Amino acid sequence: MVALATTDDRVAAMADSGEAVSTAAPELTHCRLIYFSSTSENTARFVAKLGIDAARIPLYPRDAPLAAREPYVLVLPTYGGTGGEGSVPKQVIRFLNDPGNRKLIRGVIGAGNTNFGDNYCMAGDIIAAKCKVPHLYRFELMGTPEDVDRVQQGLEEFWTRLSQTQQ
Amino acid sequence: MTEKVKLLSHVEAINWNRIQDDKDVDVWNRLVNNFWLPEKIPLSNDVQSWATLTPDEQQLTMRVFTGLTLLDTIQGTVGAVSLIPDAITPHEEAVYTNIAFMESVHAKSYSSIFSTLASTKEIDEAFRWSTENVNLQKKAQIVMDYYQGDDPLKRKVASTLLESFLFYSGFYLPMYWSSRAKLTNTADLIRLIIRDEAVHGYYIGYKFQKGLEKCSEERKREIKDYTFELLFELYENEVQYTHDLYDSVGLAEDVKKFLHYNANKALMNLGYEAMFPASVTDVNPAILSALSPNADENHDFFSGSGSSYVIGKAVNTEDDDWDF
Repeated sequence: MVALATTDDRVAAMADSGEAVSTAAPELTHCRLIYFSSTSENTARFVAKLGIDAARIPLYPRDAPLAAREPYVLVLPTYGGTGGEGSVPKQVIRFLNDPGNRKLIRGVIGAGNTNFGDNYCMAGDIIAAKCKVPHLYRFELMGTPEDVDRVQQGLEEFWTRLSQTQQ
Repeated sequence: MTEKVKLLSHVEAINWNRIQDDKDVDVWNRLVNNFWLPEKIPLSNDVQSWATLTPDEQQLTMRVFTGLTLLDTIQGTVGAVSLIPDAITPHEEAVYTNIAFMESVHAKSYSSIFSTLASTKEIDEAFRWSTENVNLQKKAQIVMDYYQGDDPLKRKVASTLLESFLFYSGFYLPMYWSSRAKLTNTADLIRLIIRDEAVHGYYIGYKFQKGLEKCSEERKREIKDYTFELLFELYENEVQYTHDLYDSVGLAEDVKKFLHYNANKALMNLGYEAMFPASVTDVNPAILSALSPNADENHDFFSGSGSSYVIGKAVNTEDDDWDF
């Protein structure tokens, strides 16, 4: 590494403090799976393996916000932390600050690492408690094949059951 | 060591107000917030509990901890430092210096445990064992060789496997004692180390993936083959090491499941799919819950039976609720 040569414009623009916040119209989604994944892409990889249509919560404030139009399950990671503080990614807070999005959430799936102890999948716990929806499942990093099977099957049953009890 | 340490040939003043990769800042902040020192843990509360272990169990525990000390020493003085010249951003360099220092804190914390629980003679014997155990020395040598090699991606693979896989034959034991309500303060300290290693493995694995993105398909294949070969080499050695340590207390098979489980996580940190099937990664639930109280089956809503299947209804919350 010699100098600051490899600057990615997108990332650099984001890093400047006082960053621009998008005023664009929200991007509407009818997906029943909505997820957040950082640039590590772990959660994105898990969601891709599910093979279910899914919408991604934007990474950067200058991206148009995402607006849910159908009931959905939220998948989000927890990156450690202590005592829950800062566990929910700020992009997810921004997404859930939209009352329309909050109204349509039906469940949470948490990603994390058991090495984080009490904080394992804490962001999922916090959102489940605040939105009074079940924390459906927890998996580590990008999930194993067994996690993928269980979530595919579990979600199918969940939506079926939900359509029978809540109409 | 006779080899010359590779250093950066050119350095510019680091500007934390111009960030190329947000992950550098996120991980720096996470590591700083996680900072701890062994003096904060009341290890002396474990003295009575230590006395309830049999001489064999005490010796096993001492040996496990000297093995962990060796790995942390390598990672602190060679491993994390060897990654600095390959860093893509100046902030990445700074993160490695943080990682290196914390590894030295970890290495020192085992000495705090030793001096609290054991006699000088026992401590010296355990350290002598660590220099004489073939499998422990072999794992150190394999990793050291790659740190001194000239391939930056391979160094990151070796480093991630050390952080996310090689420690776990040792970490098993304090989790086991903790699950039996023994050496619980020592276990609290080890959990802090485990938490740190998770962030280290995640970050080094992430930087590995960033580096790999730019490579040709051929190079990607070469690195993937190399990763799995190295994992197998280390795994075979870990199995031997596990038998050396745990056969005397009959825990070797249980430890191996924990090895498989963590090998999968190490691979995932590097962006590869898990390799060991669920049939050999069914870690003892007592060990998993010693690691994380939320990791057991009771937290799997999907596997709940129909009758206990309670579905909540989303309720409206106020904006104030979202000031975390």
